[in-house]
Amino acid sequence: MGAGKHDKGKCHDVFALLSEYLDRELTPQTCAEIEAHLAGCPPCIEFLNSLKRTVRLCRDCGGGEKPRPLTAEQRDKLVSAYRAFLAGNRG
Amino acid sequence: MAASDTRDEVALARDLIAGEPGAFDRFVEVFRSKIFHYAQTVCGRREDAEEVAQDTLLKVFSNFGQLREPERVRAWVFRIARNECLMRRRKSVFAPTQELSLDDFLPHQDQDDGRRLEIADWSALPDDQALRAEMRDAVHAAIEKLPEIYRTVMLLRDIEELSTEETAEVLDISVEAVKTRLHRARLAVRQKLEEYMRGAKAGGRR
Repeated sequence: MGAGKHDKGKCHDVFALLSEYLDRELTPQTCAEIEAHLAGCPPCIEFLNSLKRTVRLCRDCGGGEKPRPLTAEQRDKLVSAYRAFLAGNRG
Repeated sequence: MAASDTRDEVALARDLIAGEPGAFDRFVEVFRSKIFHYAQTVCGRREDAEEVAQDTLLKVFSNFGQLREPERVRAWVFRIARNECLMRRRKSVFAPTQELSLDDFLPHQDQDDGRRLEIADWSALPDDQALRAEMRDAVHAAIEKLPEIYRTVMLLRDIEELSTEETAEVLDISVEAVKTRLHRARLAVRQKLEEYMRGAKAGGRR
């Protein structure tokens, strides 16, 4: 990586680390190297922003379907298991 | 998941252990949906996912005494759900896992002849509060198309917001594998959304 302009090789290195960069899982030194590259590379910034937006969209939309409500029989089984746990815990 | 949600879940686990009134129903309400969603991501079918949710909760309540640290309740519950899913998958025929390559998602911003391809305008996406149903469907479709090993990591990390370490523990894979799969999953979804936006722009749907 390293500072400077748009450079395909450096872009490729940065590209491989962008999720870890977004998740703050890189060392301060690697972060600084990525930021130095980003400062001179608008396409990488554009790509990073689109990846960041993707993560936010997944977070906001990813809830998915809900299960059908518990049946009385299912609930009874769970309550029994919980009561048995509590009884064992207190005993 | 916000940090406050995590704290709520830990408090809920403590209340459940202490036998606090109402803790049982709140726990079932919070975790049943999460387990169902995870199981549907792994198993695919709604019926299987509901069964996994029920069997997982039964194991959770039966074995709650084994949860030594309530702080780890989410990872512990997902771990049980994962084992339930694995047991069902062993009973059925499933396709081999497809691997995603990083190179498939390299941004093709520059062609060899120096011409720059048009990049979709991500800044024009609707605000979070105003997410259109269409965009939501596009996100769901993109996640659903991911091979299962990537979809599962994305669900745990980006939707349930488990840490990298918790996700590795739930799935019984290395921290590095979680990072690799998550990055590829995000890149694949990003690419699908970019295709969607290009299509939407070309079709004048925006």
